[in-house]
Amino acid sequence: MTDTAWEMLSNRAVATAGILYFLALLAHLVEWSTMRKVPVEVAAGATSGTTSGTTAAGGVLVDLGPTAPTAAEERDADRIALFGRLGLILTGLGVAAHFVALVGRGMAADPNRVPWGNMYEFTLSGVFLVAALYLAFYKKFALAWLSLSVTTFVVAMLMVDVIWLYGPVAPLTEALNSPWLVIHVISACIATGAFTLGGMTSVLFLLKERQLAKGKQPRGWMARVPAPARLDLVAYRMHAFAFPVWTFAVLITGPIWAHQAWSSYWNWDPKEVWAFITWVVYAAYLHARSTAGWKGRNAAILALVGTATLWFNFIGINYFSTTSQHSYAAPAPVVQVAPGSGSVGV
Amino acid sequence: MTATVEPSAPETRHPDRRPGELTFRELLRFAWRQLTSMRTALILLLLLALAAVPGSVIPQEGVDSLKTGNWKDAHPTLTPIYEKLDLFDVYGSVWFAAVYILLMVSLVGCIVPRLFVYWRAARAVPPAAPRNLSRMPDHETYRTDESPEEVLARARAVLARKGYRLRPAAEGDDAVSAERGYLREAGNLVFHLSVLIVLAGFAIGGMFGFKGGVIVIQGDTFSNNLTQYDDFVPGSLFRASQLNPFSFRVDDFNIEWLTSGPRQGMARGFEAPLSYRTSPDAPEQTYDLRVNHPLSIGGTDVFLIGHGYAPVITIRDGEGNVVYSRATPFLPADASFLSFGVVKAPDALPEGIGLEGLLYPTYASVDGNPFNVMGDDKNPVLSMRVYTGDLNMDNGSPQSVYVLDKSKATMLEKKDGKPYRLDLALGQTVALPNGLGTVSFDDITPWVRIQMSQTPGKMVALTGVVLALVGLVGSLFLRPRRVWVRARRMDDGDPGGSGDSGGSGHAGPPGTLVEVAALDRSGGGDVAPVLASIVSAVRGGSAPTAEETS
Ligand code: HEM
Repeated sequence: MTDTAWEMLSNRAVATAGILYFLALLAHLVEWSTMRKVPVEVAAGATSGTTSGTTAAGGVLVDLGPTAPTAAEERDADRIALFGRLGLILTGLGVAAHFVALVGRGMAADPNRVPWGNMYEFTLSGVFLVAALYLAFYKKFALAWLSLSVTTFVVAMLMVDVIWLYGPVAPLTEALNSPWLVIHVISACIATGAFTLGGMTSVLFLLKERQLAKGKQPRGWMARVPAPARLDLVAYRMHAFAFPVWTFAVLITGPIWAHQAWSSYWNWDPKEVWAFITWVVYAAYLHARSTAGWKGRNAAILALVGTATLWFNFIGINYFSTTSQHSYAAPAPVVQVAPGSGSVGV
Repeated sequence: MTATVEPSAPETRHPDRRPGELTFRELLRFAWRQLTSMRTALILLLLLALAAVPGSVIPQEGVDSLKTGNWKDAHPTLTPIYEKLDLFDVYGSVWFAAVYILLMVSLVGCIVPRLFVYWRAARAVPPAAPRNLSRMPDHETYRTDESPEEVLARARAVLARKGYRLRPAAEGDDAVSAERGYLREAGNLVFHLSVLIVLAGFAIGGMFGFKGGVIVIQGDTFSNNLTQYDDFVPGSLFRASQLNPFSFRVDDFNIEWLTSGPRQGMARGFEAPLSYRTSPDAPEQTYDLRVNHPLSIGGTDVFLIGHGYAPVITIRDGEGNVVYSRATPFLPADASFLSFGVVKAPDALPEGIGLEGLLYPTYASVDGNPFNVMGDDKNPVLSMRVYTGDLNMDNGSPQSVYVLDKSKATMLEKKDGKPYRLDLALGQTVALPNGLGTVSFDDITPWVRIQMSQTPGKMVALTGVVLALVGLVGSLFLRPRRVWVRARRMDDGDPGGSGDSGGSGHAGPPGTLVEVAALDRSGGGDVAPVLASIVSAVRGGSAPTAEETS
């Protein structure tokens, strides 16, 4: 295949993935909107996702009391199960197409390379890992209740990526041409994906907790979202997975590579500063989870602050600050000898 | 359900304690103290994050001095205020240091007592089983026909196999106590101590290191002493004797320009073959210096970080003498390598001559406007303004070679009053008006920008982060927990001993009542599956005669 063919394949695969994710989103919308009509225990038998061994939604089960399901309710329960499955399968297909898109980007470049040459590709990879890690964790944490958030996020971010961040396939700038790029970016993207899922879980935690605190009986899909304690635990597990990976990415591989390329392992470059801020905020989150008066609500808020700094650093800082050596679009390091010199380098 | 964290359920809010530790007063006091200082640590961490923000918004002296200078020029009112607040050097400022030093003090104050506690706890035996296991959040109960001794013996074997530490059996025990995950706290301590190591490594680099840059024209030699650097940033305790006595010559500079594709005009494959000596009388060696492939000479790392052009310019003055003839580095002003430079010939007669202007590596004219096509030197053209008179070079203060002092010089003008422009293609010689002399553009050579640095302590810092990561993984993924198994023979009158296990107790044949409870001590564990697997292992082949679970 020619490079152009690969590039076209990649573009089509992105479009396909976007459509598949969107269909998955629709399927989950049908699933969750049907749930509004069905009492929890009928649906609970159908959507396996919400019935993990430890699902604390069980508390809700008891509250509603036993009512014999009507025929209509059973039909709805079937529908819920069907669309839940459909959404999951569509997401899986979307992830497969998304992967093809990434491979295509790398193959389209001459010489072939990892698909991490510009912001479009970084974002494509970051979003890919959000979706892929969702599938990877799906069984372990019974993540059916995260499906709407994940598909919505992925569709939205892919649109942002294609519309605003798109850049044609190009060879890597020289400084990016390092084995450390591979290992640094993979780990940063994995951590980003897991942090993002953790952040979504923390949002659900806050919503659910507020409903319960107001004494409202959660209805519809909120009733299927596990109890706050379980959400807190799942969020913690995701953050606890992501945090060491992030540490590896930004405090080990990043500095090693920076030292090779720019002669100094830590330059207080804006991207580095925000990676550090993100790290500190998540360390604070981990602390907060075992600090009296901070666990629960405040810890969840800190997790969201972390998500915000993470994504601000991922995309925002590139548009916000021009000094960053991580502004991939322009040639990187700088010749600074005297007035009149500009930022051109290797 | 998990044992420890129930943020939303008011009945489990005991902020300063966890189930299972209620009986240990000292532990409680310790926990209280720890938690109060944890809050301090938390606030300080958030402060640190906040304090780091301004440095990413305001240009930093140490990161981009050029941009900082421009910013200062553009904000004359804010600049003095910012300067007072050290906002152009956030990461070296007193207030930033205050935050992280406070954090480190808090860290030490927190870690040291915990080291002692851990030292004792790590060798302690698991505590005896609480009297009432069915009060634990995670427990299971079943009945069996085996004798309590058989059950407890199997429980000991099962738990030992799963890596639990067992409380030594004592006369009359009706229960087994087991605990595992001691290394979690060790991991946590290693992590926090490693933070100190990283900081130490970082500080060593800041104090004893240096960073310096120089532009070297192809064919020229650099020898490593202070006078040869264009810019040099030493650490606070740096001594000039730290400079290794090496020297190198830039033999060549190779570059590959992309002539097609979306990054057309971008260059890659930079390579600067060097001949170097580690000391003046060492044998000459060679090295192909490339981006991402620094050369290391005795503790000093040598990096290729930039490149540009140095046109070779010759000026003859009005009397025909050569007053200037050398390769003159021009500094790239944009990504197309349109470059800016100055030439100073103060001793020219009858008047000093200064040139200031642009180099177009690949010149083209679009609608009469000069335009630079790309960075490759396919059609180099110089376009400069000419200044005559006193270039102010004798006033004692050092002048940058990239800046022309025009305060006492006059710009050459054409008859219509417009600035006179000296346009020179490669190989051309042009005579200046008024008999000032001639300027020729003889040749063009590349230069490379080399950065040299010593970063002592970098291995200390690296070791620190790697240790921190190892400790962190232990701290986050090891799940400390306690498990208790109690087995008691049931008499007719004693349904289950514990009083509240209700309905299941009555009737049924006499046998052995087994209670198993598990407690997660990390706040992140999910003990239900753990409990289930222990119960099924302890039950082993025994008949499933009971059904009750938590
Ligand atoms: C540079 C400053 C610090 C950083 C980056 C940091 C980071 C962390 C991280 C990432 C964790 C999570 C690991 C785990 O859950 O075991 C943690 C836990 C912990 N930190 Fe720190 N910490 C810092 C300072 C402190 C200080 C000053 C204290 C003393 C109060 C402290 C006490 C603790 C304790 C007790 C835990 C265990 C919490 C638990 O049981 O989950 N830390 N720290």
